[in-house]
Amino acid sequence: MDWSLLAPEYILAGWAAMVISLDLFWGRLRKDQLAYVAAAGALVSTLVSLIWVNDSLSFGDLLQVDNYTTFFRVFFGLVAFFTCLASAQYVKDRLLHPGEYYALILLTAIGGTYMAAAKELLTAYISLELLSFSLYVLTSYAKFDLKSNEAGLKYMLLGAFSSAIFLYGMSLVYGVTGTTSFAGIATALSGDTSGIGFALFLGIVLMIAGLGFKVAAVPFHMWTPDAYEGAPLPITAFISAISKSAGFALFIKLFGQALLPMADDWRWIIAGLSAATMALGNLVAIQQHNIKRLLAYSSIGQVGFMLMGIAALTPHGPSDPASALLLHLAGYVITNLAAFVCVIVYYNQTGKEEIADFGGLAERAPFLALCLTISLFSLAGMPLFAGFATKFILFQAAAEQDLLWLSGIAVFMSFISLYYYLVIIKQMYLVEPAEKTRLPVPWLEYGVIAVLIVGVFVVGLYPQPLFDGVESATNAVFQTTQAATSAGVGP
Amino acid sequence: MDSGWLLFAEIAVPITAALIIMAIPSVYKQQVRWVATAAAFTMFALSIIIFAVYNYEDGGLQFDLRLAWLENVAFLGKDGITLHLAVDGISVPMVLLTGIVIFAGSLVSWSIEYRNKDFFILLLLLVTGVFGVFQSQDLFFFFFFYELAVLPMYLLIGVWGASSDFGTYVRTKEYGAMKLTMYLVGGSALVFIGIFATFVEAGQGTFDLPVLGQVAYDETFQKTFYPFFMIGFGVLAGLWPFHTWSPDGHVAAPTAVSMLHAGVLMKLGAFGILRVGMSLFPEGAEFWAPALLVLGTTGALYGAISAMGQRDLKYVIGYSSVSHMGYVLMGLATLNPIGVNGAVLQMFAHGVMTALFFAMVGAVYDQAHTREIWTFGGLAQRMPRFVAFFAIAGLSSLGLPGLAGFIAEFNIFAGLFKTYPLFGALGILAAAITAVYILRLLSAAFFGPLNEKWAHLKEMRPLEQVAGAVLIVFIAFMGIWPDPFVDRIAQSVLSLPGIG
Repeated sequence: MDWSLLAPEYILAGWAAMVISLDLFWGRLRKDQLAYVAAAGALVSTLVSLIWVNDSLSFGDLLQVDNYTTFFRVFFGLVAFFTCLASAQYVKDRLLHPGEYYALILLTAIGGTYMAAAKELLTAYISLELLSFSLYVLTSYAKFDLKSNEAGLKYMLLGAFSSAIFLYGMSLVYGVTGTTSFAGIATALSGDTSGIGFALFLGIVLMIAGLGFKVAAVPFHMWTPDAYEGAPLPITAFISAISKSAGFALFIKLFGQALLPMADDWRWIIAGLSAATMALGNLVAIQQHNIKRLLAYSSIGQVGFMLMGIAALTPHGPSDPASALLLHLAGYVITNLAAFVCVIVYYNQTGKEEIADFGGLAERAPFLALCLTISLFSLAGMPLFAGFATKFILFQAAAEQDLLWLSGIAVFMSFISLYYYLVIIKQMYLVEPAEKTRLPVPWLEYGVIAVLIVGVFVVGLYPQPLFDGVESATNAVFQTTQAATSAGVGP
Repeated sequence: MDSGWLLFAEIAVPITAALIIMAIPSVYKQQVRWVATAAAFTMFALSIIIFAVYNYEDGGLQFDLRLAWLENVAFLGKDGITLHLAVDGISVPMVLLTGIVIFAGSLVSWSIEYRNKDFFILLLLLVTGVFGVFQSQDLFFFFFFYELAVLPMYLLIGVWGASSDFGTYVRTKEYGAMKLTMYLVGGSALVFIGIFATFVEAGQGTFDLPVLGQVAYDETFQKTFYPFFMIGFGVLAGLWPFHTWSPDGHVAAPTAVSMLHAGVLMKLGAFGILRVGMSLFPEGAEFWAPALLVLGTTGALYGAISAMGQRDLKYVIGYSSVSHMGYVLMGLATLNPIGVNGAVLQMFAHGVMTALFFAMVGAVYDQAHTREIWTFGGLAQRMPRFVAFFAIAGLSSLGLPGLAGFIAEFNIFAGLFKTYPLFGALGILAAAITAVYILRLLSAAFFGPLNEKWAHLKEMRPLEQVAGAVLIVFIAFMGIWPDPFVDRIAQSVLSLPGIG
């Protein structure tokens, strides 16, 4: 086994340990620097992971280091990087124990990466747990805040429940196919032409439920609004980015690789979940008056869109729905982080998070208002911004696979989402501010927001590089699939 | 052909100007105005060049320009999505119209003091979208620019607009802005679905309109999906009964935005029906033509009758837009060359005329701070030029020979009488009602004895006079010498499938 393949994660884990120990020795004031130390670790790990671009190497039969893994290493590394930077002020002002906080963020990134890299069920499950446990702790990190405790408890109880369901589903699939390896499952399933048995079907349904919880698909979304509202704001941003992307990373591997031969049996379930998720998320979001809850429901709506990419996968069809899904995921995460950082900056200075509190923000902090508006328009799928291009391509990919009805629903839900985003924009631009004082934006946050907003424009106006990256990532997954299934059909 | 860069420049100029303005500190209000107006003038000049250089004898698509945007995406085909710009004889007058209206609009916007930097940035974004739609030959970018044209509207109306007080209730600008945005984006949702369906059905792996136009679509498919385009675009074109956003939105909007919106954006809708709906789905268009005709006629009559009942000057113009766009849809529904020709002519004629209307209403509102028709009286004695300009717009609107409206309406009615004489008669009835409300308005508000309350009013500002004069030149030009327009339009209309 080539242990060096795991270097980026060694770096992350080592860095996490270092951050914790620095926390022990550093004085109170210097602890504020931990955010930058942790962010540097995430960045180093991201850079190191670029060594394996265009490689396809296997670590035992547990992990695969290919373009797909590299894509997510970079992706999660950057998410952790931006989260650390965006947390600095918040943690300094409102939380205790910064060392563990940043260490947990780095550990979450490891969990997410291995969910993408996993080649077999148990590794995937352990990675999922690493991700989830870190997030449970982070959610309840505001120790003296009741809401944060409540959120953490809810998240953990429901999360443990869903993990058990996921595990049960895995055991059923293992029982039917006799292997836990994704490629092995695919081979076993495609060799078997007798149709889907009850045990296998139940196993698949249970796994959908388990993963559906992680990505917050309806009807497994109940934890989302509470967890989002209760968690410290940067963690809310982090959950919305990493829990979903890691969930979808595993979703694509599991359903695009292991279970793809049975696609005709589960596609309609995912399509139904997708329709329900986008409808509920977007319709309920209209009613929200807290910006965290609104973003929570809007993220549920976005998950509905992303599930289209899974539902559009077919056994011998193209891998494009998965590429389109990753593209949308990337665009969504960049946009959503930008929106959240704006909200965090505002919250740091005012401690307010109701939508009505954003009244007149355009007068008080024009830069924040502008960037938040751009992010919201991007989430609504308006042109110039990431959301338009990625939604167009994703909906198109689904329409191409006989899911025009689903694309139709998605288009209408996307239209509805514009309404509640406009309500926030209305507050910022059309309402007189209650106080006239200017809100200064610290230079660090200024830079973070600017970089993310530039990203929103780049994805919206020139998605070719991202698309190429995404496509080489999905190809890594689907070439393996095709090799496995043809091996199964051949003899 | 290298001249394709003309079209590219038409889109690049407003974007560049918006970026330049973004870099100017907001205290330099005067510099912002100059940059915006210089950009608007450049667009105006470019649009005249495009109009003049377009060779109507060759017809077809000219100024072709392709820039690869997304390549080698398996399901989008190897060409992926291309920024394909080109204009035909139908787009050329629309590009010219946009150039005229944005130039006039930028002039009347000099009076804006409140955050004028942001205003001009959004206005320039809006006009980028409009030019983009008229020039795109790729459905992806067609839709991209279409949404881009809608995007800035909410803020433009919400921040710089005005609420209407009716005594018993208030129509707030927020209401108008939200209603307009939701209607238009709702309409575009239908278009979105139609585009997906077309792409999949065609199976060509491209969004290129000329290529998609070559495909013979299944008849049932055409009949199913034509309404998506007809209603989706129709919402923006003020198709009855989806027109209600139009008077509310136009009234709430600031002057330049009303001008652009009623003058140009509503044309995007009719243009979309023509360019996407009718040219891709001729059989669908034929099947649904009676419905379009009935809705268009209803809109024409309903708009005219509603305009009669309004007390607010801007609402009169708002409803008259619905009425005139009704003519456009009637013309499109005839599906014969002369009627469709008339529809395109009417798009241009109404665009210039309604921009003039809104510019004038804005001019008087800036001074009088009211738009109540019946409280005015004898303004001609104080503001003779204003009244003359308004009267010219009004006379063009009611179809006086020698002005643009006449040529357009004449063609539409001729087309209607060829196929649907009854509807031709109804169209003329609507025109007659138009004459009633316009003449009544002119006499009540502008002529007769001067209401002493308005003795303090002065002639409108020089810039507004220039803006009005530019618009009037084109109204008269088309009214007196329509050949340049007719030549360009007729050639392209004849080449549309299913027209004849």
